[in-house]
Amino acid sequence: MAWNLQSDRPIYTQILEQIQTRIISGCYKPGEKLPSVRELAAEANVNPNTMQKAFAELERSGLISTQRTSGRTVTEDTSMIEQLKNQMAVSQIQSFIDAMQQLGYSKEEIYNLVTKTLRGGNE
Amino acid sequence: MDYSLLEIRDLCKQYSGVANYLAVYHMNLSIPRGKIIGLLGPNGCGKTTLIKMITGLLAPSNGSVLINGMAPCAATKNIISYLPERTYLQSNMKVSEMVEYFADFYEDFSSERAYEMFNSMGIDPSARLKTLSKGTKEKVQLILVMSRNAQLYILDEPIAGVDPAARDYILKTIIQNYNPNATIILSTHLISDIENVLDEVIFMKNGSLILHDTVDGVREKTGKSIDAYFREVYVC
Repeated sequence: MAWNLQSDRPIYTQILEQIQTRIISGCYKPGEKLPSVRELAAEANVNPNTMQKAFAELERSGLISTQRTSGRTVTEDTSMIEQLKNQMAVSQIQSFIDAMQQLGYSKEEIYNLVTKTLRGGNE
Repeated sequence: MDYSLLEIRDLCKQYSGVANYLAVYHMNLSIPRGKIIGLLGPNGCGKTTLIKMITGLLAPSNGSVLINGMAPCAATKNIISYLPERTYLQSNMKVSEMVEYFADFYEDFSSERAYEMFNSMGIDPSARLKTLSKGTKEKVQLILVMSRNAQLYILDEPIAGVDPAARDYILKTIIQNYNPNATIILSTHLISDIENVLDEVIFMKNGSLILHDTVDGVREKTGKSIDAYFREVYVC
């Protein structure tokens, strides 16, 4: 999974979101050891201090924890990961709905269209 | 020992023969350790003049530069690794001879690190400098400067003549060699290439400092990349 950074938002926020996504999607598994700040900074081509700041925030939220000698690991609390996953799903759906309403669709029309598309039919 | 790494106070520079114009105008600046800082501004705004005063190549007309609490002198040259905007290497020397030269000259120089980087960039150490292309010469010089274990690296236009792939490699090298006790100041016009790597940016205009903030601070306040914001501030 490549790092994809946009130029108009703070780098730190984007790094934070992408590590969260990696944890939710199972790219980094519960209890797994994370690469070092330096490795990840070089991989994403970002400043190590920015990566460090994102890690500190993840630690504060409890999603990762620091072992004194063995680096950082992803939390083993799968319900916490599940909860974050739900939050991100809801916010994705919300922004989809906002965009559809901007196009002039009512809630009911959106519902019907989504159902149709999910069933694979276009008519 | 409560000095920041670099402390600039009320610094001015007036070149003789140029009346009524200060190339650097009453600048104040404090730079801590452990940062990667971009020194940005249009041509002729005073970036190189400022750099030359920090490295002790030019004497200030007014004000002071303190590195670790010391005015520029032999001791500060020991802790500053400087990449000038022009080449100063002997063109008939071999790359390997330059490495020996640097190792002789600077106590903190690591030949091993230099050879490692020459190797990964595919530069032949037995080649003479004059046989290398402009971009390769720039890479050699940058590698030599980055192979020192300095406290302050000052890079004046380090990646201008270098192709994008090598630029990425150089930036990765800077990140991997990142040392929390050292600071890197780099001046460049290639902002979008480097802004993800920077902690802070300094904008200069007509010899004055007009902005000193973190990259994310600027993005948060303006909703723009440093590159886009620069184009707005310095619109012609």
